[in-house]
Amino acid sequence: MIQISDLARSFNGQPVLTGVNLTIPQGKITVIIGKSGAGKTVLLKHIVGLLKPDRGRILINGFDLTRARPRELQEFKRQFGFLFQGGALFDSLTVLENVAFPLREKSRLSEGEILARCRQRLAEVNLPPEVENKYPDELSGGMKKRVALARALIQEPRIILFDEPVSGLDPPMTNTVFHLIAKTHQENQYTGVVVSHDIPAIFQIADYVAMLHKGRIVAFGTPAEIQQVDDPVVQHFLRGEIDFWEK
Amino acid sequence: MREILRSLGEFSLNLVRETGGLTLFLLRSLGLALVPPYRFRRVLEEIHFIGAKSLLIIFLTASFTGMVLALQGYYTLRKFGSESALGSAVALSLIRELGPVLTALMVSGRAGSAITAEIGIMRITEQLDAMDTMAVNPLQYVVMPKLLAGLISVPLLTAIFDVVGILGGYLVGVRLLGVSSGAYFSGMVQSVVSLDVNGGLVKSLVFGLTITLVACYHGYYTGRGAEGVSQATTRTVVLSAILVLAWDYVITSFFM
Repeated sequence: MIQISDLARSFNGQPVLTGVNLTIPQGKITVIIGKSGAGKTVLLKHIVGLLKPDRGRILINGFDLTRARPRELQEFKRQFGFLFQGGALFDSLTVLENVAFPLREKSRLSEGEILARCRQRLAEVNLPPEVENKYPDELSGGMKKRVALARALIQEPRIILFDEPVSGLDPPMTNTVFHLIAKTHQENQYTGVVVSHDIPAIFQIADYVAMLHKGRIVAFGTPAEIQQVDDPVVQHFLRGEIDFWEK
Repeated sequence: MREILRSLGEFSLNLVRETGGLTLFLLRSLGLALVPPYRFRRVLEEIHFIGAKSLLIIFLTASFTGMVLALQGYYTLRKFGSESALGSAVALSLIRELGPVLTALMVSGRAGSAITAEIGIMRITEQLDAMDTMAVNPLQYVVMPKLLAGLISVPLLTAIFDVVGILGGYLVGVRLLGVSSGAYFSGMVQSVVSLDVNGGLVKSLVFGLTITLVACYHGYYTGRGAEGVSQATTRTVVLSAILVLAWDYVITSFFM
């Protein structure tokens, strides 16, 4: 379980998170929605320990991420997988080397076992064997996302964070990626945190939905509950009434 | 007046901030060389990039530098009837000054800018963050091997520069201008002492670390987007050159 309490963070005097309180249930997929610039990615980066908050705490199964020593934090990060918005694939490595990277660095598996596991993961995300020796700049956007997903899953982490996993993808590829997330979650039962704008498609995979607005969580519940919330901020966002935000 | 003082204060604060940042960055990165996992393979890869791939440019620069030194030196020394001192003049100029400084400037231009661009792009495309989330410390995986490689490669390249430069001087002085081969080399043997070689070695070690440190630091803390990377690359080349020349003066005055 991930417990976030009173998390606040500013950049150059500009508040982005102003007091986030959120409990993310274990083994479920929680989707964080909110307008662009609401601080969703910043929140994800705090959860994985890439950013330090100005105030507040993040407890992950009792481990206080915000007060951990650098070495403890570094070790704790082995429990995470992170799918970055742009994939963040290492451009000097091939697809296979990218997926193998976490295992080569952090596991004691033999090279044969590493390659076998990587090929299995690549097959699971529907990538044909011929892409394994390609470099990231030779892949399409959808392929990059799937390679990044395979890499995020390769260490079988307990928590996986997805930052805009379908941004820039066409509808069939969006459905493919959501299907892959749902399938891998069913198989591995990890705790998933997904940042996405893709409404209502995202509700297919969400167990819970949290809405971030002006640096705070303004609604939390199952997809059905969220759609019933009276708060006009939530309703306007779900209906895509963009002008509301400027008022 | 107030404006000048404010600019001066801002410049001083930036200087202190940058120096402190560089020092902490250096200590944190080099400290990781002592902590497992040891990155021998990565260090070798970086030696290949910084060292082996700079060989051609070092050969070219060194041979022309040696040749022009011999040419200039010959006509100057001939006025005093001391052409036989050409070998020592070329060797001392190269070993004490030109070898370390020109090698450092060449490596900074070729490898330093590339290091900043590489790390900068890794930063803006979140590759460094991705590494961090996999519990792999980017300072240990990316930065530390480059620093060690700079420390190892630049002195070796400097030694090669010196030798190639002396041979270039030989080609012009002995083969072209007719200085005696024996005088060229014996003058060199008599005038070059270990203090000269040690001074050159210390300089090249300091320069090697300085270039890679500046390059890694600016790449690691690059600004946003392509413009940020381009500015970081420019800053690396300019600051490296200034620091190399400043260190050169400090170390020379120490060895004199």
